[in-house]
This record gives sequence, structure tokens and C-alpha cells, in this order.
Amino acid sequence: MKKSLITGLIVAGTLGVALSAHADPRTRFMAANCSYCHGPDGKSRGAIPSLTGLEPGYFVQQMKAFRDGSRPSTVMKKHANGYSDAEFEAMAKYFASIK
Amino acid sequence: MTLNRRDFIKTSVGAAGLAATAGLAGCATTRSGSSGPKVVVVGAGFGGATFSRYIKLWAPQAQVTLIEPNAHFTSCPFSNTVLAGINKMEDISLPYDYLKKIVDNFVPDTVTAIDTTKQTVTTAGGKTFAYDKLVLAGGIELLFDKVQGYDAETRKTIKHAWKASADQTGVLRQQLEAMPDGGTFVMSVPMSPYRCPPGPYERACMVASYFKRAKPKSKVIVLDGNPDIASKKGLFLAAWKKHFGYGTDNSMIDYRPNNMPRAVDAKAMKVSTEFDDVKGDVINVVPPMRAAAVCGMAGVRDGNNGNWCTIDYLTFESKVVKNVHILGDSALTNFPKSGSVANNTGKMCAYALSEQFAGRPADPAPVVTNTCYSGTGMGTAFHVATVFRWNDEKKSLVPPKDANGVSAEESEIEMAYMESWAKNVWADTLGLPVNYAYTAKG
Repeated sequence: MKKSLITGLIVAGTLGVALSAHADPRTRFMAANCSYCHGPDGKSRGAIPSLTGLEPGYFVQQMKAFRDGSRPSTVMKKHANGYSDAEFEAMAKYFASIK
Repeated sequence: MTLNRRDFIKTSVGAAGLAATAGLAGCATTRSGSSGPKVVVVGAGFGGATFSRYIKLWAPQAQVTLIEPNAHFTSCPFSNTVLAGINKMEDISLPYDYLKKIVDNFVPDTVTAIDTTKQTVTTAGGKTFAYDKLVLAGGIELLFDKVQGYDAETRKTIKHAWKASADQTGVLRQQLEAMPDGGTFVMSVPMSPYRCPPGPYERACMVASYFKRAKPKSKVIVLDGNPDIASKKGLFLAAWKKHFGYGTDNSMIDYRPNNMPRAVDAKAMKVSTEFDDVKGDVINVVPPMRAAAVCGMAGVRDGNNGNWCTIDYLTFESKVVKNVHILGDSALTNFPKSGSVANNTGKMCAYALSEQFAGRPADPAPVVTNTCYSGTGMGTAFHVATVFRWNDEKKSLVPPKDANGVSAEESEIEMAYMESWAKNVWADTLGLPVNYAYTAKG
């Protein structure tokens, strides 16, 4: 019983590592595109906001708001114009998954 | 038996890596041992350091050797703030300590020869490294012999400060500090394409801002080899007018297009163009440039009259030599030669190679971005931002509609963003931890 529980935990733990290490490579790369301004893994070291752990719906909504101009921005309108809705959603999921 | 984490990764992932690498023509059998493809990276600037960090994240089985002659990283972006007196050299100098823990082999040495047939790299220290993939991220080579009189003796007095270092940026700052009020600072802008298109115009702002604060009778003369301001023109003109009286009789900045420096004289302290001789108390001439010397060693300077390197946009592989990839300022592309582009294309190349190492083709339609801030030295900054996406017709990466543009106007918030950008891109490039104690300020 005890042994199987431990084995179970090890398997779950290994699976977790494997999942984050094997996130869709294209999404992982697109998200890494953001890190020169927003920090590695979306963890900012300064005035630019962090992206890590943002609720995915909020992330997508804000990107769309930057694109249509309803949220005023400096650089973000140009960046938002360069991606599709599906890409916003993929990046949103990725940043939400980072602890 | 004791097995540390690194050995564990090498042995366990290495086997999978070897299997995946078998798809790479000619490499796997002759070069890859039991521990993954051999990747040699030359240069730990924004391109090479970022590539090294990300290839170890996305293809941990790759055996990465990073060769870099400098003891620490010195940032060219933000180095104009040193000339303004806002930061000191130590504030834009960052350690390689974290990167050294990430790569398999950090070699503090200078590359002296590259054999692209045998696929080896040799250093001044007499070491030879075999590679499956060679990544050249050496930045630029300055061509002093294109400016008459710009010899080794003259270079003790006249600085370019286009590769940031204590001997360049640091000495130029000392010269500006020693200059009397009412003096003239003469600086030049090289012909496009050159490293950091907005950099010279930002430099004019930063030095003028220092003069305005400390030596208000002094002047900045800008000798531009180009026919016009090459980057962020409207924003720089607005900043020059707003802060430095540009366009009036009392302008602190005297901008002269089509004025390529042909000769320098450190004794007479003058710069000669085709038109006239310009005297200065401090002279700062950036000579013409081309792709780094290591690109010449590898025979990959094939573009733009043999000055820059053409690449395959999907992999950054040289168009003329197989298994040699070129990053950052050495490459001839649609992208500006910026720190952000070097950083992001470092990741793009790591992404493409990690896919190939896993037995898959590189992404056929990637997307990559540039965001570049320039400061005025007066507490404000502005940007250019661009998304580049694969365009099948053009076989190139180009901006989609409305995904390219500059600030509406300079602002204080963008100065805060510029400072934040610097800290984040340094972290992303060098693997600095979240709690790293930066000293640079905007």
C-alpha cells in the first residue's frame, strides 16, 4: 500500500516534469519571444508586467484589447497585431502553466 | 555510484539524443559520441549566450561548448547612459557565472581558425573542438583601415565605443568629463547596415543631456555617413528640438548628413570628410564594419560585397557553408542589428536545432519580434517594435499589417520600460536569477 502510493507519486512527479519539458515546442518558442521584455519564463525584473501565472482568459482578453486599441499601449498594439487568436490562446495556457 | 543531476541528464537524455541525431547527414556516426550532438558556439553576447542557454533547455542532450574571450558581459544597449553620466561601466557589466553552470564547456579563449571541412574550431590557447553544428555569434569587426590615420596610436586617443568596454566607453566618458565647458564633441554615424541603427542618434542625445546639465556652452557635431537619420527620425528630431534647441541658433546638436569621415588626426584633433575638416575637443569615430572576424575564418561572409552573412531564415544556417549558423549582428537579414533581435533569433536558432536534433524539421513558418528602446538622457525614451512572420511568397520573415511602428512621442513610462527591458534581456541572455542585484538605472 505504502509502496504503491510512493510509486504513484514518483510516476505523477515524473509525468509533470515530462509534460512541462515537452510543451508544444512552437508555443514554447513563441512565449520565449516575450521574455526579453517580460523576463525569462515571463517573470519580470522591472516595471514591465510579469506574464507568469496570469489567468488564461485574462491574457487573451488583454491581447485582443491591445489589438483593437480598447486598451491603450506603447509597444503592445504592434505585437498584438502580429499574432492570431489561436496563438494568443496557446501562449496564455503556456504562461498560466508556469509556477 | 554517485550520479549528479548533470550526469543524469547527460546519460539518460543523451541516448535519446543520439537516436534522434542519426537523421543528421554525416554527423552522428563520426562526431556524436554517446552524449548528443556537439554544438560549438563562438561569442557570448546577446546572440550566442541566449542560444546556448535555450539549446540546453530545449535539447539538453546537446553538448554545448561556448567560446568567449571576455571575462564578463558588457552591454552595448544602455552603454550610451554611461556617456551621459547616468550609469557607470560596472552597472552595465554582468557576470558569466550563471551561463557557465548551464553550458557543458565554457572556454575563455579566442578563436583563431575554423576548418569547415573537418568541422573543427581552434583557439589561441591551442585547443581544437570538433562540431556537428557551429554557431557564430561574434558580432562585428571594425574596419579601421577604411579611415585614413585611424592607426593603433590614434586609437589610444580617438575611441569608437561601438563595442562597449572600459577601454572604449569608459575612456570616452573620461574624455567628456575632462572636456572644458564650451568644448566640441565630434561623433560619427557609419553607413547602413551597421550595429544598432538608432544608437548614434541616441548617443547624440545622451552626450547633449550631459552637456546641458554640466557644460551648457558645449556642442555635439554629428557627422552622418548616411543621407538622413537612419532610425526613429521623427522621434529623434522631436527630442533634439525639445531638449537641446535643435533648429535654433543655440542648438547644442549640429547634425550633418552625407558627412562620411575619411580621415582622422589625433594630434590636430580633427576629422576630415569629403567637404571639410572638423575640429573637436573630444572625437568619437565609428569606422565602417562587417561581420565578425570568425565569419571570415569560416568563409561565410558572402553577402553585401563580402561584408555580411546571408542565412536561411528558418535555421540561421549559412547559405554557403553547411552546419555553420550565424546569429546577431553578423547576419544579413530583414531584422535590425539590435540586442533584442540577437537575443530572440538566438532562441529561434535554438528552436530550429532542437527540432532537428529531435528528428523533426525546423518550424516552416516561425514568428520572431524586435523591441528596441532609445533614451533621450532627459528621463524619457521611445521605441520601435516589430513582429516578423514567415511569408511564403517572399521566402522571408516580414512584418504583418500594422505589426511594425514607433512611439507616438517620447515618455517617462517608456524610460521605465527601457530600464526594465535591459534587466529582463540581460537575465534572459545570461540566465541571471530573479533576485539578481542590478545596479543600472534609467
